[in-house]
Amino acid sequence: MKTSDSTTLLRPTRLVLLFVTAGLALMTVFPLLWMASSAFKGPAEVYSVNPIPADPTLENFLYVFTEVPFLRYMLNTFFVASTVTVMGLFFHSMAGYALARLNFPGRDLLFFAIFSTLLVSLPVILVPLFVLVRELGMLNSYAGLIIPAIFNAFGIFLLRQFYLGMPKELEEAARIDGCGYWRVYWNVALPLSRPILAALAVLFFLANWNSFLWPLTVTADEDLWMVQLAIASFQGQYSAAWNYIMAAATVTALPTIVLFFIFQRQLVESFKTSGIK
Amino acid sequence: MSSGPPHVEAQRKPRRQEAKPVHRGLKRKHQEWLAACLFIAPDALGLFVFLVIPMVLALGLGFFDVSGFGGFAFVGLANYKTMFSDPLFLKSLRVTVIYVGVLVPSIFVVSLVLALLVKQKLPFMGVFRSMFFLPHVVSLVVIGFVWQFMLIDGRGVVNQVLGAVGIGGRSWLGTPNLALGTVLMVSIWFLMGYYMLIFLAGLQEIPQEYYDAAKVDGAGSWTRFWYITWPLLKPTSFFVLLVSTVIAVAGLQGFDLIYVMTKGGPANSTSLGIYYIYNQAFQYNNYGYAAAMASFLILVLLVATAVMFVLTRGGRFEDV
Repeated sequence: MKTSDSTTLLRPTRLVLLFVTAGLALMTVFPLLWMASSAFKGPAEVYSVNPIPADPTLENFLYVFTEVPFLRYMLNTFFVASTVTVMGLFFHSMAGYALARLNFPGRDLLFFAIFSTLLVSLPVILVPLFVLVRELGMLNSYAGLIIPAIFNAFGIFLLRQFYLGMPKELEEAARIDGCGYWRVYWNVALPLSRPILAALAVLFFLANWNSFLWPLTVTADEDLWMVQLAIASFQGQYSAAWNYIMAAATVTALPTIVLFFIFQRQLVESFKTSGIK
Repeated sequence: MSSGPPHVEAQRKPRRQEAKPVHRGLKRKHQEWLAACLFIAPDALGLFVFLVIPMVLALGLGFFDVSGFGGFAFVGLANYKTMFSDPLFLKSLRVTVIYVGVLVPSIFVVSLVLALLVKQKLPFMGVFRSMFFLPHVVSLVVIGFVWQFMLIDGRGVVNQVLGAVGIGGRSWLGTPNLALGTVLMVSIWFLMGYYMLIFLAGLQEIPQEYYDAAKVDGAGSWTRFWYITWPLLKPTSFFVLLVSTVIAVAGLQGFDLIYVMTKGGPANSTSLGIYYIYNQAFQYNNYGYAAAMASFLILVLLVATAVMFVLTRGGRFEDV
């Protein structure tokens, strides 16, 4: 059977499928390629339809990093996104582990309650969340950017699914050796969940690197700006300077694209473990 | 540090462990309860404070007039009355209904087709899969700018290419009748890769033997899809419908793309509910009014979810 695959490969219908998929895939990434190409075009060339800049220049990137404190915005974003990711993974793995592996009354009810918060998205609770964060005195602070972003049911859900499928024997062995619940979690369960933690870490980091609405709502102070906010502010200031905007957009998108290509296998796996069945 | 047994890494005991001897008197069952409580506490507390309380506040705040400086005054149903006589709110509801009505089925069809395509055993399918997903890792702000740049009237690459093949240029984001369609197209392009992966995970759960057996029986590819793939994919389809509806009504793309690309214009033709709510709150400081509208949106979302549960008989999604 295996060998017949290679001969049927060149059947016309399959060839057509291959070309259709290739065409669609190219169309899908075209806007991103166009962004990157335009970032290397000078102001005179930025509207030309040349896919490859005739006179490539690094001026735009230089401008973005020298005339605007773009590096500062990127560092802010890096700090906020990594803090949220690390804290979130720690809390979610603890909660996910308990929901999957420890017995206590009301466990299923609690899981259902946590699961149902997946239906609550930021835009819906934005106004009351803003009022709450204002009352807590966290407006215009790293705490205001970080703390509300940590808590989401998605990570708890995915980790719980993972721990449900983990073999019980290792934990039992550790318990017989006299380990308490914390040590079973910390020394047995947590190391075993490294692959899913890696995938979730990438997902959380991407989501926070890309977040715009919450930073827009809680920070007015430019020193606290996250990178998406900085680009959005380009709109007013440089309304027609698309070469600068595209350079800033490329710089902002690059880390996310690189992360995706390095970790794509783990990311795809994490969707499978989500156990949507 | 401590002179315990030779398990070095086991010495990194966190605070919780130190309290353990106290629990020795507890039954094992109760120890487990206590441990579970402590494990879940940080997340449960966080979710309660930053999700449940705002959710409840969203429902309650609508009955108040909230000033920009933290004063609250009870106004009863005034905000709700204003809502249904506010033509801009009614307009934003209409826009939202069209947006959701087009986005959910489009996402479903497009991402299912993409999943079926990249599932084929053909060369480079892994690469194509990554390419379809790629837009989803880029921020919505960047995406909004890139499309805005490509769609600029006259000089944008889309209009120039269309002009070259004889199709007259259009103001994709500047014409009231076109702008929502353009935003929808960009939304689909951004979201499709994610749902493609979810469908793909669902497809890979279906045992290959079923297809092989059907092939032996002479079933064509359409028959195989209709009698094997479609029924076995139902839980995944339900999940996709549910999540994409929530995302369509209240997802971040509905705010970020509008904020960058159209600001709700032209002539409020792209003023989605969540964008209008944001504007009322943060442009005009009408927090109470904005909360009232948000609670209405929550209600719509709950009803939509409930209807979907009933229509699909739970999608058998609950026995996770």
